[in-house]
Amino acid sequence: MFRDLYITFKEFLRTFGAMQLFFLRLLSNSPSIFVKRFNLVVHQVHNAGALSLVIIMVCGLFVGGVLGLQGHANLSKFNAEDSVGTFAAFSLIKELGPVITALLFAGRAGTALASEIGLMKATDQLAAMEMMAINPLRRVLVPRFLGGVIAMPLLVAVFTVIGLFGAHLVAVSLLGVDAGAFWQQMRSTLEMGDLYEGIVKSIVFGIVASLYAVWEGYNAIPTAEGVGRATTRTVVLTAIAVLILDFMITAVSI
Amino acid sequence: MQQTRTVELGTGLFVLLGMGALFFLTTQTTGSNNFSGTETFKVSARFENVGSLKIRAPVAMSGVTIGRVLSVRFDPEQLNAEVVFEIDSQYNQIPDDSDASILTAGLLGSQYIGLQAGGSEEYLQDGSEILFTQSAIVIENLIGKYLFNQGADSNEEEEE
Repeated sequence: MFRDLYITFKEFLRTFGAMQLFFLRLLSNSPSIFVKRFNLVVHQVHNAGALSLVIIMVCGLFVGGVLGLQGHANLSKFNAEDSVGTFAAFSLIKELGPVITALLFAGRAGTALASEIGLMKATDQLAAMEMMAINPLRRVLVPRFLGGVIAMPLLVAVFTVIGLFGAHLVAVSLLGVDAGAFWQQMRSTLEMGDLYEGIVKSIVFGIVASLYAVWEGYNAIPTAEGVGRATTRTVVLTAIAVLILDFMITAVSI
Repeated sequence: MQQTRTVELGTGLFVLLGMGALFFLTTQTTGSNNFSGTETFKVSARFENVGSLKIRAPVAMSGVTIGRVLSVRFDPEQLNAEVVFEIDSQYNQIPDDSDASILTAGLLGSQYIGLQAGGSEEYLQDGSEILFTQSAIVIENLIGKYLFNQGADSNEEEEE
């Protein structure tokens, strides 16, 4: 049994190390691709970002609405309904915005990336590229990685703002909290540092989500089942990593 | 060709929307009353007790925020607390015999410094010190005094 544990642990370390090396290779190729093949990056920003906008906006609206409802229901016990804006803004900017966007991003864009790259591998498209002396890492993986990294912070910002308007809609229009108090309390309590925390989180989560999707796709077993498993693993791994990292970043910044 | 154009259009719209959202977050949700950009001057004051006054707490005059606390430190020689705060330099006509007191916003709110204008012809300037100060009200002390008075009252009644 200990032998099994040892082998599992060694296997984990090996995968982890391989992923770091893969990440470094992606990073070292990123600047030249970003400059030379910008149109490829734009295409991937469109795939990862623009096409995820609808799900992000709808979810943001309803998450914000729930925050408005819950905040109002609980804060009104202390006659502090006016703070519902602060409550919604804090939870959206620092936690819910980055985390939920990252999870949705993994589900919407991460799976698409992983299965696309996995299928390319299964149908030998990547091998064909290598035959033509095109490095698939540079041509296929780096633009997709960069597209995700660029799209994620923007998606988080959109999610957060739509969420705030959702909270406004529920709290102010539906439950009758004063609009001035809603925004003014938020403004006087929130500081730039809170915003930076959210931005740092969104950048880190963007890197993690894109890296896992690209990695899983690239290392998928080139069969129908293997691609399916790679897609599943992308979502599971991203969710775990994002939540653990969220805890760590919050612990550091408090 | 048509397809690349729609892709570019979509991406452009998306990035613009994201940037707009970021701009909204930075300008609309965080406090506009920070004085990092404007000119300020520093004033200090000594308090017996600062309560739970924190760095960056507002300094208000007639309820309007005109500055912010920069540092709170205990002076081991004079055995009191020295508070340094900055005031927006457009308010350069505050009499130098104004008094500073530590007040609480609301019943459970955070503490801030309230300035009460004096009558002097001289104005506060960079480096000047406010001499008239009033400490924070500590609820335990108030309760203590109240209980003490109660005790004194009931003793008197018994004597009668």
